[in-house]
Amino acid sequence: MYKIARKKILNPTVTLMDIVAPLVAKKALAGQFIILRVDENGERIPLTVAGFDRSEGTVRIIFQIVGATTMMLNQKNEGDFIADFVGPLGRPTEVEGLKNVLVVGGGVGCAIALPVAQRLSELGARVTNVIGFRTRDLLFLEDEFKAASDKLTVMTDDGSYGAKGLVTDAVRSEIEAGANFDRVIAIGPLVMMKYVVAVTKEFGVPTLCSMNPIMIDGTGMCGCCRLTVGGVTKFACVDGPDFDGFEIDFDEAMARATMYAPFEKREREKACNLLKGVI
Amino acid sequence: MPMDPKKHEMPLQDASKRAKNFGEVALGYTENVAVAEAKRCLCCKNRPCVSACPVGISIPEFITKIKEGEFEEAYKIITKSSSLPAVCGRVCPQETQCESKCTMGIKFEPVGIGRLERFVADRHVESGLKEDYEITRNGKRVAVVGSGPSGLTCAGDLAKKGYDVTVFEALHVAGGVLVYGIPEFRLPKKIVRGEVDTLKELGVKIETDVVVGRTVTVDELLDDGFEAVFIGSGAGLPSFMNIPGESLKGVYSANEFLTRSNLMRAYEDGSATPIMRAKCVIVVGGGNVAMDAARTALRLGADSVRIVYRRSMEELPARREEVEHAMEEGIEFNLLTNPVEILGTSGSPDKNENGFVKGVKVIKCELGEPDARGRRRPVEIPGSEYVLDADCVIMAIGTSPNPLIESTTEGLSVNSHGCIIADETGKTSREGVYAGGDAVTGAATVILAMGAGKAGAKAIDEYLSKK
Repeated sequence: MYKIARKKILNPTVTLMDIVAPLVAKKALAGQFIILRVDENGERIPLTVAGFDRSEGTVRIIFQIVGATTMMLNQKNEGDFIADFVGPLGRPTEVEGLKNVLVVGGGVGCAIALPVAQRLSELGARVTNVIGFRTRDLLFLEDEFKAASDKLTVMTDDGSYGAKGLVTDAVRSEIEAGANFDRVIAIGPLVMMKYVVAVTKEFGVPTLCSMNPIMIDGTGMCGCCRLTVGGVTKFACVDGPDFDGFEIDFDEAMARATMYAPFEKREREKACNLLKGVI
Repeated sequence: MPMDPKKHEMPLQDASKRAKNFGEVALGYTENVAVAEAKRCLCCKNRPCVSACPVGISIPEFITKIKEGEFEEAYKIITKSSSLPAVCGRVCPQETQCESKCTMGIKFEPVGIGRLERFVADRHVESGLKEDYEITRNGKRVAVVGSGPSGLTCAGDLAKKGYDVTVFEALHVAGGVLVYGIPEFRLPKKIVRGEVDTLKELGVKIETDVVVGRTVTVDELLDDGFEAVFIGSGAGLPSFMNIPGESLKGVYSANEFLTRSNLMRAYEDGSATPIMRAKCVIVVGGGNVAMDAARTALRLGADSVRIVYRRSMEELPARREEVEHAMEEGIEFNLLTNPVEILGTSGSPDKNENGFVKGVKVIKCELGEPDARGRRRPVEIPGSEYVLDADCVIMAIGTSPNPLIESTTEGLSVNSHGCIIADETGKTSREGVYAGGDAVTGAATVILAMGAGKAGAKAIDEYLSKK
């Protein structure tokens, strides 16, 4: 059992939790992920590490309440326990040697982009951050991003905060302004990463994307998380989750992500009904 | 009394019924049948069956105890050699091991050794008796990586010798392939839980949610006071055929399909884990895993399940018993057939409806020259392609080793396939590090993994006794 040391509501659909897991905290690096189960009958879900405190022995997760499992997780409070928390899994984001990096985060993906940006700052790289949200109310961690940026651009789809438009607009203008990035790191919805890559490819700026496919064991056993990268089958859990954006077959990844959409919808409704009695 | 030339039949759940439920297929011998079967054993002096058992169970001795009605004594004899008797009695391929060498088998059917082993183990569980081990603890700590058959066997043997053993398991429950791979109808999960509980009573500690190679490394375990490490991490990543269409929705690896159904209990109503309830399923491959996947798909409600295998029935590597059970349940076999492409749905205005499996283009094969292992190689017959309908395809064509441990353990040698190199005692290129089971051999059987776990425990004991 793993204790929830801290819980913070970041916006109506996104929650932050620090989980007591000393072994995971000791090893975790930006870009890696964990797998958790809320309770004994729960599903295993992967969440990318959003931070860690090695001295406190906690690992930070930031999750969007999208399905039954995240809904159940969000019901838990500080001091409560979850059944399983295993990691750190996957390979850390390759940040060594980078000098001038554009980090792009979209929606809840910003939670994962932040530790990458922080790590790059620590290593002395020049960090430009572009983060995007649908609207102002969904924005989170702006101050933390500011602290980890040489330059921060916030985009909102509706223009309610920062600049109006998509992150791809900001990516294009940064590159066109001659920023000369040696790497772009994009973390967010598949469709966002696909279009970020469309822009960066045009300018030939190497781009890393953090993939979050459906997983079960997360340790290299089941093969559920497979992706096609450069025409070759790769497993996000052991080969990734970061891959060369120019090589990822995004359309295939997007199709595979919808495999259980009807089931997930039913489970979500079931969880909603279940929780109505609780709240 | 004339000798019965045939084994006493194993009572089975009726094929038409069992094809629709996840209850155990084989129901087990009753006491009377077990004693009668035991009496078929000649207790011959040269004991060929024992030498054909990878863990060297004293077979005639335990059978003698059954004849005498001393079932608990029989159990004690088995557990001297095997830490998982209820598992072995169910999933071991006895027909190619102990029973294949049975003297009775020269003229008649061999003694049903596996069925008797299962009877004894189940009888012990029902009796509620606890074994009383006298263990002198030696205080030496050993780490075991993975709680599958090799790891559990190694842990059990070392604990009995007095070692302080901790097993590290990546998943949330102990048992490895016994819980994620082998289905409930062949090996009920409560049997595995029982065997794991027995090990815990021996003092074995089991740490779930620890991925060795990520959460901790083998080197850290050694630095942390473990004097030896046994790696029994299992087979690894599923292989695919690299044909077009393998990323369509509805294409599973057998590992994924079985993990969803077994470990995550997706077959139960109300499970949080989804699984496709396909109607027309094609399973590619001919091993035990393929049979398990096919029979699971059938029980999940498929109307038609086909095994597509590129060689003939003679080369099919699955246990005969599993093949027969599968056939009785209505699984069809398309032999000498190989998939060349998986076809998907397209053209629906609802994007999410596209990209699902709708069929498999296959090609007919004939057998050519034998390959390096002596199995005749399948040769595709040009122009013989045709399409089989399917809404789900399960690839059960093997695995390749998981790189997690090898890549994080300095000086641990692996072969060109990525399997850990270990000698017959389990010794690896690293001092104090032993390995066995699928991590060393590539995908094989439960009992071979258990044999390797046993050998590893013996070698670790010798190593640490000298140290």
